[in-house]
Amino acid sequence: MKGTKIIVVFVYILFLMLPIYWLLNMSFKTTNEILGGFSWYPQSFTLESYKTIFTDPTWYNGYINSITYVLMNTVISVSFALPAAYAFSRYRFMGDKHLFFWLLSNRMAPPAVFVLPFVELYSAMSLFDTPLAVALAHCLFNVPLAVWILEGFMSGVPREVDETAYIDGYSFPHFFVKIFMPLIAAGIGVTAFFCFMFSWVEMLLAKNLTSVSAKPIVAVMTRTASTSGYELGLLAAAGALTIVPGAIVIWFVRKYIAKGFALGRV
Amino acid sequence: MLELKNVSKVVGKDLHINDVSVQFERGSLNVLLGPTLAGKTSLMRLMAGLDRPTSGDVLIDNVSVLGKPVRSRNVAMVYQQFINYPGFTVYENIASPMRLAGVDKKTLDTRVREAAELLRLTEFLDRTPLQLSGGQQQRTAIARALVKQAELVLLDEPLANLDYKLREELRIELPRIFAETGAVFVYATTEPHEALLLGGQTATLSEGRLTQFGSTIDVYNRPQTLSTAQTFSDPPFNTIALQKSGDSFSSPLFSLPVTAADFGALSDGAYTAAVRAHHVSLAPSEKHSVTLQAVVGTSEITGSETFVHVDAGGNRWVVLTHGVHRVNPGETITLYIDPRSVYLFNSNESLVHAPTQYQPEQPVQAHHG
Repeated sequence: MKGTKIIVVFVYILFLMLPIYWLLNMSFKTTNEILGGFSWYPQSFTLESYKTIFTDPTWYNGYINSITYVLMNTVISVSFALPAAYAFSRYRFMGDKHLFFWLLSNRMAPPAVFVLPFVELYSAMSLFDTPLAVALAHCLFNVPLAVWILEGFMSGVPREVDETAYIDGYSFPHFFVKIFMPLIAAGIGVTAFFCFMFSWVEMLLAKNLTSVSAKPIVAVMTRTASTSGYELGLLAAAGALTIVPGAIVIWFVRKYIAKGFALGRV
Repeated sequence: MLELKNVSKVVGKDLHINDVSVQFERGSLNVLLGPTLAGKTSLMRLMAGLDRPTSGDVLIDNVSVLGKPVRSRNVAMVYQQFINYPGFTVYENIASPMRLAGVDKKTLDTRVREAAELLRLTEFLDRTPLQLSGGQQQRTAIARALVKQAELVLLDEPLANLDYKLREELRIELPRIFAETGAVFVYATTEPHEALLLGGQTATLSEGRLTQFGSTIDVYNRPQTLSTAQTFSDPPFNTIALQKSGDSFSSPLFSLPVTAADFGALSDGAYTAAVRAHHVSLAPSEKHSVTLQAVVGTSEITGSETFVHVDAGGNRWVVLTHGVHRVNPGETITLYIDPRSVYLFNSNESLVHAPTQYQPEQPVQAHHG
């Protein structure tokens, strides 16, 4: 029985990892080799693609831009969602349930709907082609998501803890920062992770709200593929590198993700 | 002194607290007694200032505190659930109200250690609450309420979730610990037993109404309404509807001559007789002169006592006898009632006759089994 289990797991992981292996495999090949024929591993191993990415500013600036707006967005989303989620978790007010659902429904609208108005608005505000523009645009889907996840974690903390704090003499901000936030630290971590990931992989808004100076890596990748022929090795290397930040972040929150799932909010 | 004046609380369409007026003196021990959902917690929340009454006023020392936010009122509260700050150590949990009050470090340390000593938490001071047992967690919460030296201490069924032995211990210690602080001490419980053990004064609650307030023994001995009587009785009072005409109270099952006890001059009409489980006997005696036939339902044996549940002409009665007593379900038995321990309520469920020994002009004695 145990043997079968191991085999099943092994096959499953192999199945999941195959495309990633293939991406890495390609990133160490020259474009000629990739187009030349099928091979399981690089025949003429090269780091040329990675070298290009780390030395050519159009490439590495793409990463810097992406990281910049993703971090900005994560901070904005979480800090705005915290008080909102607290309100949804602790207070009953007119239309609270509808508002909560409406927030969530923002996630259902395709970003394409918002692209044109956003480009217009941000141009008018001189935000176009800045990381802040993308960071703000991504709040469209990340703030509702963050509120949704955080509300679940907050509702897991008994209301009596809040009351005990007020009785003890804490003011609301003091209580929130000193007592409440540490209690939902796991939730904040999980929320930040999801904001990070969704912002990191989003392409449509990021691409259209930038032109030159704030171009994200996903946009750089598409451009390279079309202008200078098929630089598949370079593209594969860039793809492999985009996995890295997500992998690092998930390492930090791996313990809490399961809790998020258990709350039914992720 | 804490005073509630015609306090009502409406939540949605439900009336949680219905026109409650009561005064608690400084240094007094007050028990709020009532079944679940009677409004004990709602009332405490209004006293603490966590909720605002829909109408009425809350006064401390004759000054309305309605406008005062809870953090600037000098109250302490312990919940039924063990509520602590999970991220803090036990030491910091206890110290928390004093840190906010700006108590100097030395005094703070002395007071935390004193409270910890009193509640036997000294060895756990460096742990966090979640590493402790339920009893230790609740003692941490009690210690925090204690060090605050609040003028109003609210304990909402603090022992309900604790195991038996710890309850017994804390129940005796709690009033003593808080008595020295001179606070208004309010203790909510569902158990008549607990109210009697705590003593002091008792306010009985039923469906959001305060039905009676007075010294605990007095409320126990002379419940003014049938509802108060039921709230303050475990097992419930045995009741039976009677009709008085002429010189006897009668029901299809038995009759009670007016001369059997000092029933005085009650007018003819419908009454409800109520008698506590331990005043009904399974064996005849000189005192137990009134008899009643009943069919045995079940019996619960606790060891020193046996509760026999019977059906007396459609009325569910409970008889408490001492020792282990075997009766067979379905068997018809005779119950013997001492007429001098019978309470009578009129058709409005108001008390019209209490057992002679509990008449107010006589010295009142604790009498419970």
